[in-house]
Amino acid sequence: MNITSPFPLIDPHIHMTSRTTDDYEAMRRAGIVAIIEPAFWMGQPRTEAGTFKDYYSHLIGFERFRSSQFGIKHYCTIGLNSKEANNEALAEQVMELLPLYVAKEGVVGVGEIGYDDQTAAEDKYYRLQLEIAKDVNLPVQIHTPHRDKKKGTLRSMEVALEHGIDPGMVIVDHNNEETVKDVLDRGFWAAFTIYPHTKMGNERMVEIVKQYGPERIMINSAADWGISDPLAVPKTVALMLERGIPEEQVRLVSYGNALAAFGQSGQMPESDWLEAQPVDQSQKFSGSSILRGGQTPRIDEPNTPTSNIIR
Amino acid sequence: MPTADQESVKNFLTELLTRATTPQGITWLEKQLAEAQTESKFFQAFSTVPRFVGKKKLEVTETDIATAEALRPGFNPQGWTADQVARTLLALSLPHQSPEEYVKTLDKLFATADVNELVALYAALPILPYPEKLVPRMAEGVRTNMTLVFEAVALQNPYPHDYLPEEAWNQLVLKSIFTSRPLYRIYGLENRRNLKLTQTLSDFAHERWAAGRTLSPEVWRNVGPFVDETIWPDIQKLFTQPNELEQQAAALVCAESNFPEAKTMLETVPDLKAKIASGELTWNTIGEAVAAQSV
Ligand SMILES: [Zn+2]
Repeated sequence: MNITSPFPLIDPHIHMTSRTTDDYEAMRRAGIVAIIEPAFWMGQPRTEAGTFKDYYSHLIGFERFRSSQFGIKHYCTIGLNSKEANNEALAEQVMELLPLYVAKEGVVGVGEIGYDDQTAAEDKYYRLQLEIAKDVNLPVQIHTPHRDKKKGTLRSMEVALEHGIDPGMVIVDHNNEETVKDVLDRGFWAAFTIYPHTKMGNERMVEIVKQYGPERIMINSAADWGISDPLAVPKTVALMLERGIPEEQVRLVSYGNALAAFGQSGQMPESDWLEAQPVDQSQKFSGSSILRGGQTPRIDEPNTPTSNIIR
Repeated sequence: MPTADQESVKNFLTELLTRATTPQGITWLEKQLAEAQTESKFFQAFSTVPRFVGKKKLEVTETDIATAEALRPGFNPQGWTADQVARTLLALSLPHQSPEEYVKTLDKLFATADVNELVALYAALPILPYPEKLVPRMAEGVRTNMTLVFEAVALQNPYPHDYLPEEAWNQLVLKSIFTSRPLYRIYGLENRRNLKLTQTLSDFAHERWAAGRTLSPEVWRNVGPFVDETIWPDIQKLFTQPNELEQQAAALVCAESNFPEAKTMLETVPDLKAKIASGELTWNTIGEAVAAQSV
C-alpha cells in the first residue's frame, strides 16, 4: 500500500525504540514529520533503576538521532509507567531520576502515566508525577487502562483535577466510544490509538470524528513491539478523506491538535520541521557516516536530512 | 599540562555570551549561577538553558580567538552557541573544592545528558577544573556514535592532544578518518604523530587501494616522520595518483621525512617543493581543499 498524505502529519504516540528503520522510511514517505515517543513498558519489567536511566537517555539521545536520519523530528514524554509503578522499591529510585530528564530539550510532557491495575501504588506514583508536571509546567500524557477502562479513565481525570491541573494540559490516551464523551465534556484532550484488529479501528475512528467533530481529538498509532501499525495515522487520514470528512478537520486530528496540545511544553515549535534546513547542514556534512566500506553515499535533495550517526 | 584560570575564562565567556543573548537571558543565568547550589537545581538549570538563553551562534572576532588562546592554549570558542556558553559557565561554577565530588557530579551530568549538553560538556573539558581527572571521560567521548558529539571531542578541542594516552588518541584520528571528519581541525595533530598510527594507516591505505577506492590525502598528514622502506612504496604510489591533492600530500610527506629516497623524490617535483618552502602548500591547505570538495 502506498499512502501519502496531502499535508504533514504528527504521530503523537509511537514507541520507535521497538521499530525498524523501514518503519521510519515508510512513515516519512507517508507524510509524518514529527512524532512523540512516550516512555513506557518495554514488554518485560525492568528490575534496576539504571535501566530506566538508560532508557530515558535513549529516548532523548539515540532514538532522536535515528529519527532525524529519516527526516522525522522526534520528541518524547518522560515518566514512570503505571505497570512498573507497582514495584515500589524500584519506583522510588525512578522518581529520583525523573527531574534529571523532564526539563530536557524536546521533552514535551510527563508521560505516559496513569493507571493499569488501578492499585494504590499506581495511584501514588501517578499523583507524584502530576506534581512534577505542574512544577515544570509540562503537559501530561495519560495512559488509560485496558481493563475497566471507563472507570480508570474517569479516575485519571478526577485525580488530575484534584491536583489542580488544567484539563487543557492533559492528553487522555487510548480512548474509545465509551470514554470519548466524558473526556471531551471535561475539557481534556482525547487521543485515539488506531490498532489493527483491535481497539480503535480506522472505520470506527471515522465515525467518531463525524459524531464529535475534530476539536480536541487526535489520533496515534501507539505502535510498539506488539502487532501494531506505524502507518496507522496516515492510513486513517486517507480513510477520513475518502469518507468525506473535510480536510481542515482531518488536519486537526492528525496534526494541528497534537501540535497545540504538546506545543504547550514550549519544546515543540512547528519551525523544528518546517525550517529543518539549517539544522540539517551539520547532518549533511556527516552524510557518509552510516555507510559501510565501499557503499555509495546517498545524494539527497537539499531538504532531505541524512545521517548524523557514527558507527 | 595547560590549565586555565577559571575566573578569567568565566569573564571572557560572559562577555561573549552578552553579545549572543538578551539581557533577560543574562539575568536568568546570573540568577541560576547564584542559586543553583544544590545538585538537582543545578541539573535543572543546565537542561533548561536554551529556553532562556537561546541558541544563537557566537560572533567571534580575531581578537576573541587570540584572547581564548592566551587564556588556555588551543581553546577556541568559534562555532560555539549561546546555550553552549551558558552551560559551560554553569559547569565552571559548580562548587569544586573536592575533585572527587566535582567529578562525581560531572559524571552524573554526562550520564543523563542529551546531545547538545554533551557537545557543551566535551568542548568545555579543557577549561574545566581538574582536567587530569577527566581522561576516562574523554576516552569515552572518542567512542560516541553521535556525530555532533564526536566533533566536539575531536575537532578544535585541545584536550585530546594534551591528555589522551596514545591508544585513545590513535582511535580518535582513525575514527575521524573513517567518518570523513576534517583532520586539519584536530588540534595538535602533528605533535602526536606516531609509528603505530602510521602503520595502521598504511594498512588502511592498502585495504582501500585493493578495493579500488581512494582515501583522503589528509591521511598522510600523520606519516611524514615515520617513512621507512615499508611505508615508502605507499608514498611512491601516492605520487602516481590522479588527484592532484594526493600528489601534494606525497610531496609534503617527503618534505617532512629524512628518508633518503624521499629527499631525492622531492627534487623531482620542484614546483611543489617551492610551494611548500613558501608556505603556499601546507597540510591545512590540503585539508581545506578536501573539506571544500566534500561539502
Ligand atoms: Zn504507549
